[in-house]
Amino acid sequence: MAKGVKPRVKVPKSASAGETITLKTLISHKMESGQRKDSDGNVIPRSIINRFTCDFDGQNVIDVTMEPAISTNPYFQFEAVVPSAGEFKFTWYDDDGSVYEKSKKIAVA
Amino acid sequence: MTLSRRDFMTVTGCAVAFSGLAALPAHASLVDEQIKAFTGGAEIGQGGIELDAPEIAENGNTVPINVSAPGAASIMLLASGNPVPSVATFNFGPLSGARAGSTRIRLIKTQDVVAIAKMEDGTFKMTQATVKVTIGGCGG
Amino acid sequence: MTIKKLLSATTLILVSSLANADEDANLYIEGEEMTVRAAAPAHMEELDEIFSGWVFRSDETQALQMDDFDNPAFVFVDQGIDLFSKVDGSEGKSCASCHENVEDFAGLRASMPRVEDGEVVSMEELVNGCRTERMGAEAWKWSSGSMTAITALIGLQSRGMPINVAIDGEAAAHWQAGKDIYYTRVGQLDMSCANCHEDNYGNMIRADHLSQGQINGFPTYRLKNAKLNSTHGRFKGCMKNIRATPYKEGSDEFKALELYLASRGNGLSVETPSIRN
Repeated sequence: MAKGVKPRVKVPKSASAGETITLKTLISHKMESGQRKDSDGNVIPRSIINRFTCDFDGQNVIDVTMEPAISTNPYFQFEAVVPSAGEFKFTWYDDDGSVYEKSKKIAVA
Repeated sequence: MTLSRRDFMTVTGCAVAFSGLAALPAHASLVDEQIKAFTGGAEIGQGGIELDAPEIAENGNTVPINVSAPGAASIMLLASGNPVPSVATFNFGPLSGARAGSTRIRLIKTQDVVAIAKMEDGTFKMTQATVKVTIGGCGG
Repeated sequence: MTIKKLLSATTLILVSSLANADEDANLYIEGEEMTVRAAAPAHMEELDEIFSGWVFRSDETQALQMDDFDNPAFVFVDQGIDLFSKVDGSEGKSCASCHENVEDFAGLRASMPRVEDGEVVSMEELVNGCRTERMGAEAWKWSSGSMTAITALIGLQSRGMPINVAIDGEAAAHWQAGKDIYYTRVGQLDMSCANCHEDNYGNMIRADHLSQGQINGFPTYRLKNAKLNSTHGRFKGCMKNIRATPYKEGSDEFKALELYLASRGNGLSVETPSIRN
């Protein structure tokens, strides 16, 4: 697992049923592009998060394929419909096989 | 040395023209291949897709962008001047609240960022935005 | 006029037309207004007004600092929160063993660096003092990820408070030493801090919009390297740019310069952790 990877997500605490809400996510990751060289001139191997998904109680909100052109500490902002009270699950997939997960519950007022 | 406004405008015009040339995509074929792979060679329409990107990026390492295409099933982003043009593809699920997304991307130089939406009816829409990537005077 | 002269003159003018910063914007972070422009402190003879580096940034960069979620520095603040309660060293202690609430550090960043027993003390030295003397842990490197994460977390507790470093009494001699460094031309380009940050702030140096070189937002997350940068690390970068041999991080020279620069920002809000290009 890449070192010090830390996900952050921003989900409102509550919404009304059927409401569209804005979600924000940020994860600390170097996103080594595979284009850079070290001081000896050797290419530094690519090491990125290559996929990000957000689901709500098993139903997909967004599924993003990520390439090395995504900046260090990848950030995403997008919108989701909240059908009922439930839980958002955010998942990041690392090139090295690591999977980082974060969940946030939302209440329906 | 004195520099009149007319001299300035003349030379500035040249400089802009040159920077325009330099901004031509160096990997046009790679971009075409990516687009073809995404669309399967289908015709691509204009309109119905919006790409917000800064006109001038303060640092090419972190360029905020936002893309939106109502009715899209997925949106692919390409950076036409990067060594690898692929940036990301947003695939929208049943609980997506808007066919839109924001992220931050790397641009190696001044270039066009291209967004292509695959609509739910199987058609394609495309738009692009030029982002000037500046070289800091004080990189330190 | 030769073509060469014309081109170089034009380059300077051309880039100035690229500036898209809104220098009149006001900074609200999470709804709280920051003081980004203030009357210059009495000791500054050459300037009437001081400005946070934030006002010189582009609209997009400015926006990143207005929301703590959009501000990517906060992934490192989160790491700092974890480090704060992480036991390290021979004494089995964490920061939190003595400092129960990190909130108790409110105000500290605004008064740093300060002079104790005749020496300038930077925040990094307070942290390492605790680590080596109380925790029995290894000192962190000045600009390491752990150090900048902790100094960002501690600095954040003072966000919005006015910088107010003491420059009199036993600080006076160090402050004067820092001022001398600020105005001394060094390096192959033979430039002082003042040449860019006092004489030319607001102007473009190639494609960069020069600020006053204020340090009220440090450690700062730079888009350039996508991590937190220490004050002394930034000083090194500036010195390399003018082709000078940088002083060492933590050196007496940089600590004196830090004290002097901090005092040039007396009255601006602490913006830690800020976002810069």
